[in-house]
Amino acid sequence: MSKWDISGINEWKSGEFPLGAVIPESGNSRDYVTGGWRSDRPYRNDDVCTQCLLCWIMCPDSAINTENEEVTTFKLNHCKGCGVCANVCPVNAIMMVPEGCDLPEVK
Amino acid sequence: MPTQKTVAATGNTVVAEAMRQCAPDVMAAYPITPQTTIVEEFAGFVAKGRVHTEYVTVESEHSAMSACVGASAAGARVMTATASQGLALMWEELHIASGMRLPIVMANANRALSAPINIHCDHSDIMGARDTGWITLFAETAQEAYDNTIMAVRIAEHPDVLLPTMSCLDGFITTHSIDRVCIMDDESVTGFVGQYEPQNALLDLENPVTHGSFAGLGGPFFEFKKAQREAIERSRAVINEVGAEFSALSGRPFGMVETWGMEDADVAVVVIGSTAGNVRHVARQMRDSGIKAGVVKIRCFRPFPYAELVEALSGVKAVAVMDRAESFGAEGGPLFLEVRSALYDRTERVPVINYIYGLGGSDVRLELIESVLNDLSEIAAGAVAPDGLVYLGSR
Repeated sequence: MSKWDISGINEWKSGEFPLGAVIPESGNSRDYVTGGWRSDRPYRNDDVCTQCLLCWIMCPDSAINTENEEVTTFKLNHCKGCGVCANVCPVNAIMMVPEGCDLPEVK
Repeated sequence: MPTQKTVAATGNTVVAEAMRQCAPDVMAAYPITPQTTIVEEFAGFVAKGRVHTEYVTVESEHSAMSACVGASAAGARVMTATASQGLALMWEELHIASGMRLPIVMANANRALSAPINIHCDHSDIMGARDTGWITLFAETAQEAYDNTIMAVRIAEHPDVLLPTMSCLDGFITTHSIDRVCIMDDESVTGFVGQYEPQNALLDLENPVTHGSFAGLGGPFFEFKKAQREAIERSRAVINEVGAEFSALSGRPFGMVETWGMEDADVAVVVIGSTAGNVRHVARQMRDSGIKAGVVKIRCFRPFPYAELVEALSGVKAVAVMDRAESFGAEGGPLFLEVRSALYDRTERVPVINYIYGLGGSDVRLELIESVLNDLSEIAAGAVAPDGLVYLGSR
């Protein structure tokens, strides 16, 4: 099955949407940007991080990117700013900082 | 043509029989009062192996309709029944069923809502659910309740519609009185309703879908509501088509609006449900004393047949609208508001008088209906119409 094309969704008319708000495809929540709800975002200090991966395990939105079994960046399109990662970090390498402030670049 | 047998049975019994013949995959029901004996009799069919339905008893009507929503989203043909407080407790899920476009069929025994506590007939329960997006059919008799329930399946499941549909019958008056009813043979009903082909079934593992998704925060919620409006508008044609097909099969008439004596009527009574029979009876008698009375019965309340109603009422000099439900603080009862709104576009204005009657099963005696027709006759001749609604026969 080809991917459900929602590129024109903002122009669709009432008759063009799937019946009863059904999403006719599985596994497409990655295309749905939900990070806009966030008021705080995570910031990680790599000098302190031990790469224990606890944040990657605990993140309820799978919003922590990894590469070669090491955490790299946060998926800010999906991070809701819940702070679980900061809370579980055993070495306090992650802190939550308010959105919209002048911040160091978030990794 | 189908083989039909005439039986003496209650409205509940024949609705249960209709449901058995339509063979739902799932029935979810709360089995305790204010439930009807519809689901009780249906449970008997399941126990005896006369229907192969997954019968789910739940802990409340809120859960009953929730289970129906889940089963229908899974791809099943789903039915249930309720009444009164039960329908009120389902209110949240009624919107979800229509919003998810699930063709659930439910029977409702129209009964009063507390307080004070009362178990008898009126239309407060269903009129409270009139804006939940369900197609709503009303029966005058047990026969119509049987017929409407079978037609409801075809209407709800029609690809142009896909909306839940309610088959309403008057509590106790129709649900519990033994009436003469023609029952079709099983094969004819099975053939008429056909096999249900669900769209977007959750259990279709080859084509995984998500039901119940989010459409807020600037999402297309507004467009989905418009799609629902478009579907219920399309249902008008479907209801008439299905009704005509069922009439040809059963030999019994069906109209969203059914009339008696309207060809030459000077005064007309608009009514829903079991009282229509009494009104016809009185109208027939009054014709002997020179009052040209007609009766307009609404058999489908949602979608509301405003065009048919206006056509039926063309030429009358005064109209009485009988409401078996209140809309406290509104200008009149729910049916009155619909009828007078429908008549607004007519160039000729006629007095429309609202009678609230029979709340909580209070008696609707023939002399009360006679008084309505006498009032109408005087108003048609120039007497002043009452100011505001009339509580018919109240102290």
